[in-house]
Amino acid sequence: MRAAVWHGKRDVRVDNVPDPEILNPRDAIVKITSTAICGSDLHLYNGFVPTMEKGDILGHEFMGEIVELGSGVTNLKVGDRVVVPFPIACGNCFFCNEKLYSVCENSNPNAAMAEKMWGHSPAGIFGYSHLTGGYAGGQAEYVRVPYADVGPIKVPDGLTDDQVLFLSDILPTGYMAAEACDIKPGSVVAVWGCGPVGQFAIQSAYLLGAERVIAIDRFPERLRMAREVSKAITLDYEEVDISAALKEMTGGRGPDACIDAVGMEAHGMGMMGAYDRVKQAMMNETDRPVALRQALMSCRNGGVVSIPGVYGGFLDKVPFGTIMNRSLTIRTGQTHVQRYMRPLLERIQKGEIDPAVIITHHMSLEDAPHGYDIFCNKADECIKIVMKP
Amino acid sequence: MQHQAAGPATTGAAPYQAGHHLPSANDFLGSDPDAFQTGSSYDRQYPAPNAARAEQLARALGWFSIGLGLAQLLAPEKVSRAIGVADSPKLMRAIGARELSAGIGILSQRRPANWLWSRVAGDAMDLMLLANAARDRGNDQRRIAWTAAAMAGITALDIIAGMDNQQRKMMGHGPDASGYVNVEKSITINKTADECYRFWRDFEAFPRFMTHLESVRAVTGNRFHWKAKGPAGSSVEWDADVTIDQPGRELAWQSVEGADVDNAGRVLFELAPGGRGTIVRVVMHYKPPGGVAGALIAGMFGEEPSVQIDEDLRRFKWLIETGEIPTTVGQPSGERGAWNRLLFRKGAPG
Repeated sequence: MRAAVWHGKRDVRVDNVPDPEILNPRDAIVKITSTAICGSDLHLYNGFVPTMEKGDILGHEFMGEIVELGSGVTNLKVGDRVVVPFPIACGNCFFCNEKLYSVCENSNPNAAMAEKMWGHSPAGIFGYSHLTGGYAGGQAEYVRVPYADVGPIKVPDGLTDDQVLFLSDILPTGYMAAEACDIKPGSVVAVWGCGPVGQFAIQSAYLLGAERVIAIDRFPERLRMAREVSKAITLDYEEVDISAALKEMTGGRGPDACIDAVGMEAHGMGMMGAYDRVKQAMMNETDRPVALRQALMSCRNGGVVSIPGVYGGFLDKVPFGTIMNRSLTIRTGQTHVQRYMRPLLERIQKGEIDPAVIITHHMSLEDAPHGYDIFCNKADECIKIVMKP
Repeated sequence: MQHQAAGPATTGAAPYQAGHHLPSANDFLGSDPDAFQTGSSYDRQYPAPNAARAEQLARALGWFSIGLGLAQLLAPEKVSRAIGVADSPKLMRAIGARELSAGIGILSQRRPANWLWSRVAGDAMDLMLLANAARDRGNDQRRIAWTAAAMAGITALDIIAGMDNQQRKMMGHGPDASGYVNVEKSITINKTADECYRFWRDFEAFPRFMTHLESVRAVTGNRFHWKAKGPAGSSVEWDADVTIDQPGRELAWQSVEGADVDNAGRVLFELAPGGRGTIVRVVMHYKPPGGVAGALIAGMFGEEPSVQIDEDLRRFKWLIETGEIPTTVGQPSGERGAWNRLLFRKGAPG
């Protein structure tokens, strides 16, 4: 089959690879009909996530049709059209019972490796480095889905791929980030990053009752989408002093909740930005927490800082004093996608959310290298790419 | 079932006694780990004296080894000049390779004591070479003297680090004074104690999750014959008796006379707090094949029993909770790099 394969930093190629096979009783093989490039795939693309290996198949946002089932999967049948959540969860362990699917104890075959890096191991993830299992991803013609009796949900007739594909990751991710904000009537939420997750975080915050959402980015097309599609008030961090602006916009208090939808590769301005670039290049820190620092300093006393952005390792100069002294609450985590798929599918069916609005590019899987390139460089006003094999 | 509240005061740090040949399964760790006593310190249960210093020093020496080794490999002439000896790039490169491997060993192993001792041996060799070089008039005596002084300092650090890390290793993971290895490991399972017990009572199915076992078969009554993979394709065998069999509570075994590997162990099934399943605790006491040397060598390459039991317990958890062992072996991939195949994949696809 054809698959998007990681060959090294900024080197993705579409290669011929063997077809996947059922390896365990609870596996399924899915024939991909749509697959997307995620902003977090860019962290792999840019070589910032350790334990990627040449030859790894990328992709954790995908959907398709069941073509083969292991003997242990009885709730699906061949021919079912399904969306597959990006974290792999067994459904049997303590954490799955607690609906903390992305920290499932049983789905990461490389748990020992993850324990060395993070103390304990999270769940396995499709196509997202060997620290999270080294599972082959779904930017391919076919993919093997472990614990297929737990993750995939059937898509009701009448919904297009574009409408439901993002249930696999970014829609639940934006939603969980907003849900974490304890939104009450009158709440003001600030969102750093107007990429796909940022857009869904803005929309979800409004759905959950936020009074006002302020969105921060620097790319005009992303800010425009935040205003016109997601109905946010926008700030361009290249034009304004974000902390000062947020203070004035909230009567001196700061937003009730701040969402960092940027993560480890934030672009900093001035001295601090240069500092992180140098430290990261010298491998003295793994992540550039520019947006996070700003969110922490801007949030109102006793507010929530919600972090859907991906961080991998060790951060420098995180102002922990402001967290402690101002009673901030930090909420974060890889999204427990399985928890949100059904309720969000219902909202899509009711027309409360239309995930397809963020798609800017459709292309063939064969064009994946080009897709990664324009998405990474924010070229051609690229915000979200959906590929078809 | 009798629940004896045995706290750390009676447990102590020496659940097994040095010089005591194969204690019965009952008298080693003769307490009930079930009964953690509130308001007590458990430091002695999981001790690691000088742990912080040991780790820091080992890491510093590891990086020092790598730095020096790289310098010796890449610029042997410059290093020779700096320490004041005649140029001999081959010897310098060989020493560099040794330094580099010691550095990697120290940094990559969780318990690097043996690699630190290999540094001490290297120091002794280097000091001898240096003494030899000092006799040669052609060399820069002053520089050699400075080098020797610096090396003596490093040697002292190596010995301190070796001793600190040795002490850490002894605590539960290395062989004790009588040559026995003592290991304790636990894992929490989302199943009842009875279910866990039944899984463990099925000894003959152990090779399903204990990958170093070849087979276990019943001999008579309580006696089972065990066959495990030994080093370099060999295998080791022994008979063991089940000495304690309390359904849903505890299993214990003890090898009989003439075993290739003297061993005894217990598996305890404890109720996790708040009804969160069962804590399965394995306590093992065994004399490794090849004696102390065998254990040291195994430890140097990460084949130590505490690591193996960790992995066995994880596979047990995977199997009993989900019915399968998660894997990527056999999945498709693009072409792997030669470096990756060698270092990470070790022949396994996926």
